[in-house]
Parts: sequence; C-alpha cells; structure tokens
Amino acid sequence: MSAGAHSPAQEESYQPVFVGDALAKLEALFAQYPTRPACLLPALWIVQERRGWISERAVAEVADVLGLTPAYVKGVVTFYTMYHTHPVGRHFVQVCTTSPCNICGAEEVTKSFLKHTGCGELGATSADGRFTVIEVECLGACGFATPVLIDDDFIESVTPERVPGILQGYK
Amino acid sequence: MGFPHPSHSKEHPLLSTHFGDAGARSFDGWVKRGGYEGLKKALQMPRDQVVETVKTSGLRGRGGAGFPTGLKWSFMPKEVSKPHYLVCNADESEPGTFKDREIMRWTPHQLIEGCAIAAHAIGAERIYIYIRGEFTPELKIVRAAVDDAYRGGALGGNVFGSGRRIEVVIHRGAGAYICGEETAMMNSIEGKRGNPRIKPPFPAQAGLWACPTTINNVETLSAVPHIINRGGEWYESLCLGNPKSTGTKLFSVCGHVQRPGNYEVVMGTPMKDLVYDMCGGMRPGRTLKAVIPGGSSVPIMTAAEIEDCPMDYEGIAAKGSMLGSGGMIVMDDSTDIVYQVMRLARFYAHESCAQCTQCREGTAWTTRILERILAGKGKPEDLNLLLDLAENMTGKTICVLSDSCAAPVVSAIKKFPAEFDAYISRRKQAVMVGV
Repeated sequence: MSAGAHSPAQEESYQPVFVGDALAKLEALFAQYPTRPACLLPALWIVQERRGWISERAVAEVADVLGLTPAYVKGVVTFYTMYHTHPVGRHFVQVCTTSPCNICGAEEVTKSFLKHTGCGELGATSADGRFTVIEVECLGACGFATPVLIDDDFIESVTPERVPGILQGYK
Repeated sequence: MGFPHPSHSKEHPLLSTHFGDAGARSFDGWVKRGGYEGLKKALQMPRDQVVETVKTSGLRGRGGAGFPTGLKWSFMPKEVSKPHYLVCNADESEPGTFKDREIMRWTPHQLIEGCAIAAHAIGAERIYIYIRGEFTPELKIVRAAVDDAYRGGALGGNVFGSGRRIEVVIHRGAGAYICGEETAMMNSIEGKRGNPRIKPPFPAQAGLWACPTTINNVETLSAVPHIINRGGEWYESLCLGNPKSTGTKLFSVCGHVQRPGNYEVVMGTPMKDLVYDMCGGMRPGRTLKAVIPGGSSVPIMTAAEIEDCPMDYEGIAAKGSMLGSGGMIVMDDSTDIVYQVMRLARFYAHESCAQCTQCREGTAWTTRILERILAGKGKPEDLNLLLDLAENMTGKTICVLSDSCAAPVVSAIKKFPAEFDAYISRRKQAVMVGV
C-alpha cells in the first residue's frame, strides 16, 4: 500500500508543510515550550492533520524547522502508534479489542468493520481508498464497549449490527 | 449525579456531582456551581499551608501508585531558583479505567481549578496537561475550557488579581500506553520517545528539562478544590475505618455487569456492594468468575475473594491484589481466562517501550507461549516456563510495565489452573489457529 510513497516523482513534488497558517501555528508553539525540540509531537500532529501521514520528506522538513536530525525525528515518529508512516484510507477506523471490550464481543465488531468496509484484513486499505481498519489497544472507554475511533470521531457502544449505519456517514 | 446511571444511594458523589450535566462545562456554569472558590481561597494561603492541608486530607495518588499527594508536593524545593512545573497525567490508558475521561468531559474546570491550586502549592507557573491522543472529544472540551479559564481570569499572568502567573499548555499524546508512566511522560513532553527514565533523580529534583516537576493524575488534582474548600480534616473524615485510605474514589466498572460505568464511593466500601448492588450484578443466568480490581496491571481476584474485600489501598492489598487506578474488569462464567490473559499479555507486548530486555523479550514470549497454549500446542512444562519468565520480569526493569504483564498471568495460573490444563491436555478445543 505504501509502494508509491517514496517514489522519485513524489519526492520532487514535495510541498513544504510549514508555510502560511501551519507555520504560524508552529511558531505559536515555540512560546509554549522552553525548547524547540519539545515542539516535535505537536509539529508532527500538524503534518498529519494536513497530509494524512508523515512521509520521509516531511520527517526531513520537521527536523529542519526544529533543529533536529531526520534520524531523531523518525525515531520519535515510529515510537508513537498514532503517527502514520504510510498513506492510509480517507477514514481511519480503530476498534478497541483489549480484554474489557474483548469479553463484550469486540472481535465481532472488528469483523463487521472488515466486512462492511471491504478492507478484508487488518491494516489494509479498501480498494476504493475509503477505509483502513485496525485493532487498537484500549481506547479508555471500557464501560462503553465497544468504542471505535473513526478519524477524530469517538463512537461508543458499537455493536456489529450498528456498523453499516455508522459507515454511511463516511464517504 | 452518576454517569451513565443515576446516582446510587451507596455512592458518595463529590468529583462526579456534575457528571452528565453539560451546563457544568463552561466557565460561567462552573462558577455558578460554586467553582473556583477553592482556587481563590488557596491563592490567599501561603504555599506551605496548601501543602499541609492536602497532607492532612490523606489524599493519595489516584492514578495507580497511591503515593500521598501532599507529601509528593512537599518534595518540591522551597526556593524557586529555576522553573517549577506541574504535569497533569491525563493519559488514561490502563485497560479497565475510564474515570479521567468523564472528569474531563463533564467537569473540565474542576480539573483546571485543581491544577491551578497545585501549581500555586508547588511554585509552578506552567502546567502541562498531557491528554492521550485518542481522547478527541476530551481534547476539544479541555482546550475550550482552558481558553475560557484564561478569559475568566482563572489562568494567565495575574490569576484572580493575586499577582500569580499560572499557565496551562495542553500536550496531545500520540498513542503510547507507556507515556502514562511519569518519567516517560516527561520525555514525551520534551519531544522524545516515551522511554521511562531511571530514578533517581526523582521528578521533584530533576523532571521536565531537569527542573523540579510534580506529576499528578486527573482524579487526584480534581479532588484538591474540594479539600481546600472544606478542609483537610473533612476529607480525612470520609473514611470507613482505615485511616490510611481516605476520601472518595471513582471506580470504573466494565465487563459483564448489568450497569457498567463510573461509581464514586467512600474508600473502604465493600467490593461486593459495588459489583452486585450498584452495578446490578451479573447478566441473567450468569455467575461471577473473576475481577481484576485496579486496572489490568494487578493480580486477578476470584469471586470468593471479593466477598469480604473493602475497596481501599490496604483492603485490596490484603487480598493479594491492588486498588491501582480503580478500573474494575468484571468477568462472568462465560469468560475464557486463558484467552483474556493472552489478550492482556499482547497489550503489554505491544506497549513495551523495549528498552529493558526483561520487558521486551518477556512480554513477547509470554504472549507467544499463551498463544500456543490456546492453539492446542501447549506443553505441560509451559506453565512453569510462564512463571519463570514472570519472575524474571518482576522488579528488574526501569519501570513496572513488565511487572504489570506478569501480575495477571501469574495470578491466573495460580487461581485458574484448570483452565490452562484444559487446553494443554487437549480436553478443550483450540481457539487459535496459525500460531
């Protein structure tokens, strides 16, 4: 799925993220932390919000604006599971399947998402590019099993039957 | 008010009084409900006196460790020769625990007020609230509340005209359970991988950017305005017999109960009251098999063990488990203990930061051995192998993630040996394939 991610064509067409309002947002962060490297996590969030994932070129750009090495930035990007190191579907579906939800049927919810999105398997993107579905470790809403995070939408008490209706809201 | 259920007569709502009441979310709404009086009062008190009041209250850390909060604050240097920081741990990720998200989504100003009082007490001008990246609604709500608090004068360069500067920065996590560990959290705020640090130095000596730092949990800080308002002695008196565990505690109950949710009770309330009474007991036709009482990192308790267990730090410890975060996972007789322990081990293997060998290898091998048992390929010696691994994973690493993986595994093998034997002897059909 990431075959084209680092192709020469993409490398040449790379447009910097930190211009205009993204740059203004980054500069506002500098006042909130005593060092520039400390702005790394929020800076990566800005990249992902705008690009959907964090490419090698984006890693290099972030390193450059914060005075870090690309290797350091990549080490941080790969430590945190929410940063995507390859492109994902337009809508990113995370189903909690840790024990508290697991005993309440979370694996059936995952299967329902895999079926109704057409993704087929975990981590794969549907042929129409619409969805990627993953299992996520504990979403912290165990009393509302099964919680699912679709993009920034936190949906509680999801059952396999609710899945088709929920997906209709994501084109 | 309870949430998502109406308050039960055995509850003692204090922090949860306004759960489910969206009107309490705004600055004005919070002030109307008596909010920010604690902060105004604290600002009139010398730093030491605020610390003493919290010491008197007996408040202990609600994130899991149970360390006395006032004592922790007293470790901060008296002289402010370099910046002091407060970090609020809102990285709630311990399986079974979902109390901090309710505090944040219903009463964000209760948290901000507690943070500001704590900052005053430890001489900090800046607070970092570290919210886990997946908590998108809470991030939005707390961000809006912080903006409101600045506008209302509860934060900023001159808080309520006191001359004190108190600022809040919200730091969004990015998906790493380990960042709930306090030194890993500090690394994460500094823009690093979330690897825990070796202690000492402790955060009060050298925390964020090597400056004195205190880290407290959301629930701990949210109790502080009530303590300042009504006094340390009043909070201390909320106690059902054990003077070492005072105040109220939010218990998140999930799994196979009729009414999962958050319940706030006075420390020492019987566990069976919570499970059978407040939560409505098991689903029809089902019986209780096991409870993990303090988030997934603590030993499993059997149905018999909860019969006479008071829910406080010492009471649960006396039963061989821990109060932890108060995240209670209830499992009925339909539960496959071996499978669920494997899921927990997989969680810890996924979340290990991998800097200590015992944890990196131990969590991964524990998972693989459990998977092969579930696949019908287990050997009789596997249980001893798991116990041996667990011993090498306990008390030997920089942080306790490794211990947390071992605790449910060891307790499950000891308390439910027949369930493991059933797979190993092939009496029970394998439930995993391709292992």
